[in-house]
Amino acid sequence: MEDIRNSPFMFTLGAFIALFVTVQSLVFMVNAWKEGQRLGLSAATMKKTLVGSSVFSVVPSIAILLAVLTLAGALGLPLPWIRLSVVGAITYELPAAETAAQAFGTSIKNSITDPTVFSAIAWAMSLGSVFAMILIAVFAKRIQSGIHKAQLKDTTWAGLLISAMFMGLISAFLGSSLVGGFVSILTLLSSAAVMALFGLLIKKAGLTKLENFAMPVSMISGMTVAALYSLAGKGGSL
Amino acid sequence: MNASVKNIKTYDETIHRNGRIWMIAAIIITQGVPLAISLYYNVWPPFGKLMAGLLPTMMVFWPIAIIEVITYTPMLGSGGSYLGFVTGNLSNLKVPAAISAMQQAGVEPSTKEGEVISTLAIGASSLVTNVVLVTGVLLMSYLLPILESPALKPAFANLLPALFGALGVVFISRNWKISIAPLALMIGLFVAIPTLPVGILIPAGALVSIGVARIMYKRKML
Repeated sequence: MEDIRNSPFMFTLGAFIALFVTVQSLVFMVNAWKEGQRLGLSAATMKKTLVGSSVFSVVPSIAILLAVLTLAGALGLPLPWIRLSVVGAITYELPAAETAAQAFGTSIKNSITDPTVFSAIAWAMSLGSVFAMILIAVFAKRIQSGIHKAQLKDTTWAGLLISAMFMGLISAFLGSSLVGGFVSILTLLSSAAVMALFGLLIKKAGLTKLENFAMPVSMISGMTVAALYSLAGKGGSL
Repeated sequence: MNASVKNIKTYDETIHRNGRIWMIAAIIITQGVPLAISLYYNVWPPFGKLMAGLLPTMMVFWPIAIIEVITYTPMLGSGGSYLGFVTGNLSNLKVPAAISAMQQAGVEPSTKEGEVISTLAIGASSLVTNVVLVTGVLLMSYLLPILESPALKPAFANLLPALFGALGVVFISRNWKISIAPLALMIGLFVAIPTLPVGILIPAGALVSIGVARIMYKRKML
C-alpha cells in the first residue's frame, strides 16, 4: 500500500491550502491598500511596509520550514507543511500529534504509517486549533468596536495563566521523556543546553537576530546528539 | 470629512463581512483536510480514541486561544486579525511583523492607519512564509530518502525531548517559580507509575500548575 504521508494526494491538499492562503493574503492586501489611499497614506509608506515586512519575515519563515522538517520523519512532508501554513505553530502541532498518537497506542517517535492513526493525528491537529478561528469569526467585530470592554481585567494573571498552562504541558512531556531512557534524557539536556546558550547570547550579548533560530537550532542539535550517540553505540565510527 | 467618515465606515463594515466569510471558508478548509484524508482513504478513527487524544491538548490550547484572541485582536486590527489567525504563527512572526511595521510607518495600533499598515504587513509576511514553505517542501521532497534513512531514525525518535528540553528552558527561565509544582508532580508520577500516557499527564500537570500559580499569585509570591 502507498505511503499516505507523502502521497500525491497529500501534496495536492498542501498545494490547495497554500493557494487559499495566498489568495486570502492578496485580497486583504489589495483592500487595505485601497483603504490606505483613501486615508491619505502615501504609496511610498505602504510600499515600505510591504518590503519591510517581507524582509522581516524571511528568517522566521525559514525557522518554520525547519519545524516542518522536524515533523517530517513521523508525519511525512505534506501534513506538517499544511499545518504550519494555516493556524499552526510547532508548540501546538507537536504535542497534539503525540497525544493523538498515544491514544492509538503508538508515538510520533515512529513513522506513522497506519492510515487510521495518521488520519486521527490530522483530525486532532485540525480540530484542536479551530477554536481561535471560531472566536475571531464570532467576536472580532465586537472586540474591535469596543476595544476597552474586551481588555483583560488582570493582564498580569493572564500572562501567568498562559505560562502555567504551558508549564503543565511541558512538564508532562518532560516527564514522559524520562521513559525514553538515556538517549531521550541526553537529547533533552543537549537541546536545553543549546537553548540556554542562545538565551545568554540574545540577552547578554544583545544578539536579538538569533531569536528566531533559537528553537529550531536547539531542537536539531538535540536530535543530532541522539543520532550521533546511537551511531556510536552501534560501533559506527564518527 | 463626511465623505471620508462614510468611507471608513464602509471599509469597517466590509472588512468584518468579508473577514467572516474568509474565516468560515478557512475553518471549512482546515477541517476539510482531515475529512478529505478520511474520505479518500476510507479511514475513520474511532471517535472515543480520537477524543482521548484530542481533549488533553484542547484543555491547554483552547483557553490560550481565548487569551490570544483578546490580546492580539486590538493589536492587529480587524483585517490583520482575520488574516493573521488563519495563517497562524502569530506570536513568533505575525504579531512582531505587524508591530514593527506600524512603528516604522509611525502609526498606532487600533487606529484606521494602523489597521491598514498591520493588514499589509501580515499579508506580506504570510506570502513570504508561503513562498519559503513551498520552495522548501519542494526541495525537501527530493531529500525524503535521506530523511527516512536508518541513521536519522534516532534523531526523529527524540523529537519530543528535543522540543521540550528547549521549551522547558524558555519557560523555566521566564518564571521558574511556576515550574516547580508541575515538575515535582511529574517526577513523583514517573517514580510511582512510569508508564502513564501524556493524555493523563497533561491535564494533571496543567491543573496542578494553574492551581499552584493561582495560590502563589494571590499570596503575592509571583
